[in-house]
Amino acid sequence: MKRSIISALGAAVFLAVFSHFALAQTVAADPTAAANAYVNAPHNWQLWLPTPGSPVEAHIDWLLRYVLIIMAVVVGYVAVLLLFVLWRFSAKRHPVPGHVTHNTLIEVIWIVIPTLILAIIIVPSLNLIYYQADDSNPYLTVTVTGHQWYWEYSYNGVPGGLDYTSYMIPDNQIQPGQLRRLSVDHPMVLPVGEKIRFVITSADVLHGFYLPSLGVQKYAIPGSTLTSWTYITKVGTYFGQCNQICGVSHDGMPIEIKAVPLADYLAWVKVAQASYSLNNVPPSPLSSPLPVNELADAAH
Amino acid sequence: MSSTTHDHDHDDHGHAEHGHAAHPPFFRRWLMSTNHKDIGTLYITAAVIGAIVGGVLSMIMRLQLMYPHNNIVTSGAEWNAIITAHGLIMIFWFVMPALIGGFGNWFVPMMIGAPDMAFPRLNNMSFWFLVMGFIFVMLGLFLGSGTGAGWTLYPPLDNIQYSPGVATDFSLFSIHLVGISSLLGAINFIATILNMRAPGMTMHKMPLFCWSILVTAFLLVLAIPVLAGAVTMLIMDRNFGTSFFEPSGGGDPVLFQHLFWFFGHPEVYIMILPAFGIISHVVSTFSKKPIFGYLGMAYAMVIIGFVGFVVWAHHMFVSGISTDSKVYFEVATLVIAVPTGIKVFSWIATMWGGSIEFKTPMLWAVGFIFLFVIGGATGIVLANAGLDTELHNDYFLIAHFHYVLSMGAAFAIFAGFYYWIGKMSGHPYPEFWGKVHFWTFFIGVNLTFFPQHFLGLAGMPRRYPDYADAFAGWNFVSSVGAMISGASSLIFFYILFRVFTSKETLADNYWGEGATTLEWAVPSPAPHHTFEDVPVIR
Repeated sequence: MKRSIISALGAAVFLAVFSHFALAQTVAADPTAAANAYVNAPHNWQLWLPTPGSPVEAHIDWLLRYVLIIMAVVVGYVAVLLLFVLWRFSAKRHPVPGHVTHNTLIEVIWIVIPTLILAIIIVPSLNLIYYQADDSNPYLTVTVTGHQWYWEYSYNGVPGGLDYTSYMIPDNQIQPGQLRRLSVDHPMVLPVGEKIRFVITSADVLHGFYLPSLGVQKYAIPGSTLTSWTYITKVGTYFGQCNQICGVSHDGMPIEIKAVPLADYLAWVKVAQASYSLNNVPPSPLSSPLPVNELADAAH
Repeated sequence: MSSTTHDHDHDDHGHAEHGHAAHPPFFRRWLMSTNHKDIGTLYITAAVIGAIVGGVLSMIMRLQLMYPHNNIVTSGAEWNAIITAHGLIMIFWFVMPALIGGFGNWFVPMMIGAPDMAFPRLNNMSFWFLVMGFIFVMLGLFLGSGTGAGWTLYPPLDNIQYSPGVATDFSLFSIHLVGISSLLGAINFIATILNMRAPGMTMHKMPLFCWSILVTAFLLVLAIPVLAGAVTMLIMDRNFGTSFFEPSGGGDPVLFQHLFWFFGHPEVYIMILPAFGIISHVVSTFSKKPIFGYLGMAYAMVIIGFVGFVVWAHHMFVSGISTDSKVYFEVATLVIAVPTGIKVFSWIATMWGGSIEFKTPMLWAVGFIFLFVIGGATGIVLANAGLDTELHNDYFLIAHFHYVLSMGAAFAIFAGFYYWIGKMSGHPYPEFWGKVHFWTFFIGVNLTFFPQHFLGLAGMPRRYPDYADAFAGWNFVSSVGAMISGASSLIFFYILFRVFTSKETLADNYWGEGATTLEWAVPSPAPHHTFEDVPVIR
């Protein structure tokens, strides 16, 4: 244990010294490097949900498809009916109007059928609600605190503690490979194949912790904690954004998650503990050359 | 539209024999008005001004979002002030004054055969509170860095430490003023409709527009005081050191969300029920058939109004309500689809077997039905608490509520405008330009809001002045659509110009056999005093 901490410290010092010259070496030594191979980010002209990164998102994807297909049938039926009526009963084709204003049978039918359609929507949707609510037995709990305008991640139960802040990379410091308005200086790093619980709160105003590709969204509310959970199935990089108006830089506090194999995650924890506790530049290739406070000022 | 010169005689006759029926002088007529038609005109004028201001703000927003990393709006504070004012103004100073204060004032007394509203001076007071509220909301936009909490005004963002400066106070007081305006108006409508119907005009013979305004007025009376309470607590938190919504003092920000949406959800029905009423009249008139399933139509609105009060927390699925509450609020919300379906199918059944004329108001009404069904379908999606986890506060939601409001309510307002402008002004609108307005606006709004569904599915959050580059494509399409609907609105002002410079006059009932309500029994324009004798309904 002690040895590994020492070696992690050594690695951190090594990185701090050489990162200026040797970016390639930094990537190789970065325990989160595996996550760079697969980037789950929105793409231009996207027409559908993100590729599901978690079982909850896969369930959302399925249910949305199910509901939208039913709704497309309903809208299509109404549209066709409307067009038919407009064509068939236009004044040209049907100059003398009829006088039927009641038909009990049809009025009952158009109450009963929509009710049945609602029933077939409600039943599977309830499974999703209860599935989303089951945050029991997580491998790891991360306390997420929203601030104006950055996120703070605190890894609960990690011996020695791990708590750091995550700022958006300002537009003028975007490096190749980073995504404007999505990439951050210190991503949240999570193990794949493990259940992760988020405990979400805020230090000032409301924020929204929103990870579309993982099916997670909860408000960050000062004075109370909400929980959500995820289980990332694939090694990769995932993105989210603040989704509740929180002031002038509401669009400047994205969330970036590096999902890595458990062993890499454990290695990262050690590196992170060492480097963050020393207030060093963290060992991520995405790290910004600016310390946290200057970044905050830049964001203003 | 058929025009005659018959009405001129009628008008002259009215002026000569009934001196009291003449218009008062300008100042007294417009600033001290007690006449429901004049106040209705004032309301419609205010709504046009509100629509211009809110529309210009939306054009600025779409210009900013046309490209990523754009600089039309120079700061986040400016952006937040714009989105806040756009939401508040479009709801409180465009849709509500147009539908309720405008068409409601003009036509509810006429349709029930009443000489005026029950409380004419109260009516005047309602209007001027609206004007004062508008001045305040504009101060909230322009003073300092503006009010930047969004129209939902969620604390703690609008608490004093996060929103210093008086702008937020002005915006909050503007809600009070417009709330008083709506409340007084609602009381007036309830008193008028319940007490002043002409002999024989039973509740079950009352035109559906009057039913829609009656239900709306009850929603206002029940919902506005809750909003007023919540806003008062915000003002107290900001200025008098209370902590209703301040966690450090034992308050709860989520309490505000409950109170706000207890008002806010009925509010969406306050905006759409009068639209339903107008659409029923237009569809019936241009199909030349009485409305199908009248009682079902009336009581569907009553049910929508009632259920609308018990679904508010579907706006709060990600605010930490319990799992079982999510299930309840989802199911209760979905139930509203049933009475809404009754309305849509009854409109189509009204057309069935009719003899449909595609005049401009009918185009807007058919457009309304189609687009409202699309907005309703995405509403069914969002009502699912599980799916709302994905779609809450993103552009899918923006697309949804603009389909029911920007297209639903606005299309009904235009339907009502083209349907009644002859009755209100005495002059016909140019039919060709009315149709051009419809088609350009229809294309514009669909191009604006349909792509926003895709942006929402891809995860673009709302209220962002700058977005990830991946959202650029659909945002560009959406902005192009907004420019088209903006240009289309200019056509509307040309039509207004044509109407008010027209020399043509109109018959009492210029729509012919399909138009059967009482406003078609009086001259066009309706005389200053509508009924010389009490009309008796068979």
